[in-house]
Amino acid sequence: MSSSNSANVGIVIVSHSPKIAEGAADMVRQMVGSAVPLAWTGGDVDGGLGTNVAGILEAIEAAWSPAGVAVLVDLGGAETNSEMAVEMLAEDRRVRVVVCNAPVVEGAVIAATESSGGSSLAAVKRSAEEFYA
Amino acid sequence: MTLDRANREKLVRALAGTVIEHADELTSLDQAIGDGDHGLNMKRGFEAVLATLPDLADKSLPEMLKAIGMTLVMKVGGASGPLVGTFFMELGKALPEQPARADLVAATDRAINAVKARGRSEPGQKTLLDVLVPVQAVLANGGDARAIAAEAARAADRTAPMLAIRGRASFLGERSIGHMDPGSRSASLLIGAAVTTLEFEANT
Repeated sequence: MSSSNSANVGIVIVSHSPKIAEGAADMVRQMVGSAVPLAWTGGDVDGGLGTNVAGILEAIEAAWSPAGVAVLVDLGGAETNSEMAVEMLAEDRRVRVVVCNAPVVEGAVIAATESSGGSSLAAVKRSAEEFYA
Repeated sequence: MTLDRANREKLVRALAGTVIEHADELTSLDQAIGDGDHGLNMKRGFEAVLATLPDLADKSLPEMLKAIGMTLVMKVGGASGPLVGTFFMELGKALPEQPARADLVAATDRAINAVKARGRSEPGQKTLLDVLVPVQAVLANGGDARAIAAEAARAADRTAPMLAIRGRASFLGERSIGHMDPGSRSASLLIGAAVTTLEFEANT
């Protein structure tokens, strides 16, 4: 988990595997440096493979930006848990978090690159989702 | 059906007990067509629910159901946590403290719709909805505890020949056919435990 004080759209990486989430975050950092708030989370509450809502909420908090947060997820449960986490946010924050329908590693790198140029949340989401479209 | 404190605690222990008792079976089902963590995840979630007793049963039925749902959301992980947790939370939002059958019918209707929205799924896609929807129909038609539990078990069995459209099993395509859906099995276990504990009679 990491972050920065940028006003750019924040990026959250959610994987069943903490290693994948951390590794993807490393790749994002290499691309965009500290220009983008970034956080990752992975694993279930016991540290096994899986995702958990509390961890996702913490990551959204860590990567929070007034411009919003784009969440990149891997498989089904990561998406469902991320959507659940978004719904549990206070309403003023909820509307500024999106879960992207994109591959987690490539999507995170593309989204962060887009964000680092100061793009809007909608543009960040679109660029991540268009990568494979 | 009077839900006093003793009955609420009995209900919680029955729900948790059946999931914990069948955790290995749920894991085996999930190993066949999923990622093999359903039994462990559900067991972890319901152990966390049990750990909130006795305070949990001091709450009113609606508050108790919401608390169970929230614990499951936070502890189960996987897609099942938000799905099953949402079902309990929505029941809690919709039910009065002493529900009649009509209240249960309306509340389960709302909870099923919330599960559909959460999973972006419909019946026929080899998910817990394939148990929840037909069981709700039996409930709405006045079936007694035995009829409801029997339909829950049959409905879970009927997921075996289905093709998975949602969830990890959908990656397997046609290879998902021939295995019972683990989420349907856990839903049927929970329903069986609930109606057996509440012992409600036809048309009450």
